[in-house]
Amino acid sequence: MTTEPRTSIVWDYAPAPEATDHVRLRDRYGLFIDGASRDPAESRYEQTLNPATEQPIAEVAWAGPADVTRAIDSARAAQPKWAALPDRERAKYLFRIARLIQERARELAVVETMDGGKPLRESRDVDIPLAAAHFFHYAGWADKLRYGVNAREVAPLGVVGQIVPWNFPLLMAAWKLAPALACGNTAILKPAETTPLTALLLAEICQEAELPAGVVSILPGDGETGATLVRAPGIDKVAFTGSTAVGRDIQAALAGRPTSLTLELGGKSANIVFEDAALDQAVEGIVNGIFFNQGHVCCAGSRLLIQESIIETLIAKLWRRMGRLRVGDPLDKNTDVGAINSAEQLQRIETLVAAGEDEGAQRRTIACELPEHGYWFAPTLFTEVSPAHRIAVEEIFGPVVSVLSFRTQAEAIEKANNSRYGLAAGIWTDKGAKAFEVASALRAGVVWQNTYNHFDPTAAFGGYKESGFGREGGPAGLRPYLKIAR
Amino acid sequence: MSRLAVRKTYKLWIGGAFVRSESGRHDHAVQADGAQVNIPRASRKDVRDAVAAARKAQGPWAARTAYNRGQILYRAAEALESRTDQLAAVSDRGQVQDAVDVLVHYAGWTDKLHAVLGGVNPVAAPFLSFSVPEPTGVVGVVAPDGPALLGLVAELAPALAAGNTVVAILSEPHPLAGLDLAEVLGVSDIPGGVVNLLSGRRSELAPALGAHRDLNAIVDVSGDSELAAELDRLAAETIKRARHGAAVTGYDTAIADALERLDGLSELKTAWHPIGA
Repeated sequence: MTTEPRTSIVWDYAPAPEATDHVRLRDRYGLFIDGASRDPAESRYEQTLNPATEQPIAEVAWAGPADVTRAIDSARAAQPKWAALPDRERAKYLFRIARLIQERARELAVVETMDGGKPLRESRDVDIPLAAAHFFHYAGWADKLRYGVNAREVAPLGVVGQIVPWNFPLLMAAWKLAPALACGNTAILKPAETTPLTALLLAEICQEAELPAGVVSILPGDGETGATLVRAPGIDKVAFTGSTAVGRDIQAALAGRPTSLTLELGGKSANIVFEDAALDQAVEGIVNGIFFNQGHVCCAGSRLLIQESIIETLIAKLWRRMGRLRVGDPLDKNTDVGAINSAEQLQRIETLVAAGEDEGAQRRTIACELPEHGYWFAPTLFTEVSPAHRIAVEEIFGPVVSVLSFRTQAEAIEKANNSRYGLAAGIWTDKGAKAFEVASALRAGVVWQNTYNHFDPTAAFGGYKESGFGREGGPAGLRPYLKIAR
Repeated sequence: MSRLAVRKTYKLWIGGAFVRSESGRHDHAVQADGAQVNIPRASRKDVRDAVAAARKAQGPWAARTAYNRGQILYRAAEALESRTDQLAAVSDRGQVQDAVDVLVHYAGWTDKLHAVLGGVNPVAAPFLSFSVPEPTGVVGVVAPDGPALLGLVAELAPALAAGNTVVAILSEPHPLAGLDLAEVLGVSDIPGGVVNLLSGRRSELAPALGAHRDLNAIVDVSGDSELAAELDRLAAETIKRARHGAAVTGYDTAIADALERLDGLSELKTAWHPIGA
């Protein structure tokens, strides 16, 4: 295969850094319990770093077992009153939160980017608007719950414990909190250890919205805090988004208990390109599928399945396009690929990429200058990948795509479904009938046809098989938070 | 002159075939007329064979039209109705009739589930986005000891209506109703492997079923809390959907939470397709 040299055109962009002077972060953030910021019982504070600079941004309290108990007590105390509010009043609190997120959108976007490393373009255009949209959508459900469950009588579950990952910190908090609160539950949210800040700003927003004390608690911490929270006897429902390994631990820990559970876990999603696809459009979709948010996306199109007849052409186009990706300062508005979220995640990506090389796959990584400090991984493409290679099986959760080939539609479906995961898939073809036929044969919770990585609060999202169970978004997202009368 | 009866050899039902346990083992059971009979004591290998048969049958079963699956379940109800007298001797008449009505109820669900659980999503972008329920896959059922027939049918029917295939562990003390049901389903139009019924020791079979990596969900109405916890732990290994509950007591309890039963064994798939050029 011939690969074209990188373009001779020099794509010089003047730096376009987003101003940060309008963001006023405190030096230190407490736990948000019972409507106010609290010192942790064990006085443990940890620094949260900017992964693009490795510089600390703020000190954040980490919750221990005593804090978890305190939060559950306040959530328990607040729950009956919250559920007893007229539905339309509960709705209005959530509408307020949606509006406040919109009003503070620029600040939230900048903080999300500083704390997590994602390009500002994404936090500004995707994370924050969608977080507001989720609150707005579920606010409207609060006084229509029975219509979401086929006119059955409903009741909230009680106190819910929610754990969210570091890839979409505020958006995942919104996915969790909005439906839980709309249904009359009170919630304790644990943000990820590397990205607590926007959740803590959301705590401020809850105060600004005059949300009753105890309805939402925010408990930053690490996996230990999460493990304590999900195992606590006072929790009626656990909702977890994160790795399949941790999801499995949580499911096992809740064995034999009445605690209800929903899991949104990992993926190794197939992005399938047929020979009749519009190739330039497909290239954009492939790039969006795997390099969006540095590939830190549970539904990332990390297995690229290409029909044999077009494989050389498509890879040449893709490689050329990858060469145009701008990697670097996440706060620069021109940046396409930002910083890897943490040193630990960078290590995981490097380990799997090394395994790909060791097992005989062909690696190509784009040439680009990476900043001296921070955690970076340049967009990478693997060809000559066998379906048994670790990079074709395991979730890398980084900007690394593995290419596999297929000859027939049946083979494409078989290969796409040959995974323990089943979160998402992409299909690229100009034949509508074929797209729908393949979409219905794929064992995946979300199937994008001639597009990728679109999300909406009205559209259910969640996995098949080991990608978890339960759905978020739309009326299906209400069911996990309600007791439905027989 | 008294006629010598032709006795029935009870068998497992795996992949559409009536078979003895591959282990060759047997247990005893007592018929309604007091006669002691032998029944197969299924092995872990039988469980694996049954799951393999159910997996093979699942795609084709789900691929049938909802109308067709509804008619097949209705056909099963017809077949059960015609055997009411015989099965009433093992269970009681009311229970058999309830089981028939439960099959009829769920036969009617096959082509309504999509409208009730799914729909078009009004997304804020130019896409046709819609969500549809699809079967979870292969479902394990641990049947209750009583009501043995109705309790089994009430778990089979929603699983099948949603497009799943089933491997069920029959009641250990009361296996005959389930083994008879196999003969009823065997003469309806249910394709081989869509339902697989195993008699034997629950303590041996249920954990083997729950641990099977190619099983997608487990429904346990045994009422055994220790088994429930063990099945949950096994389910976590491959993130299986697990539901535990009390056995149904009659038609009303079998259909009261029909939608939750169907939803619990369905996966919602959301598809996105661009609108415009």
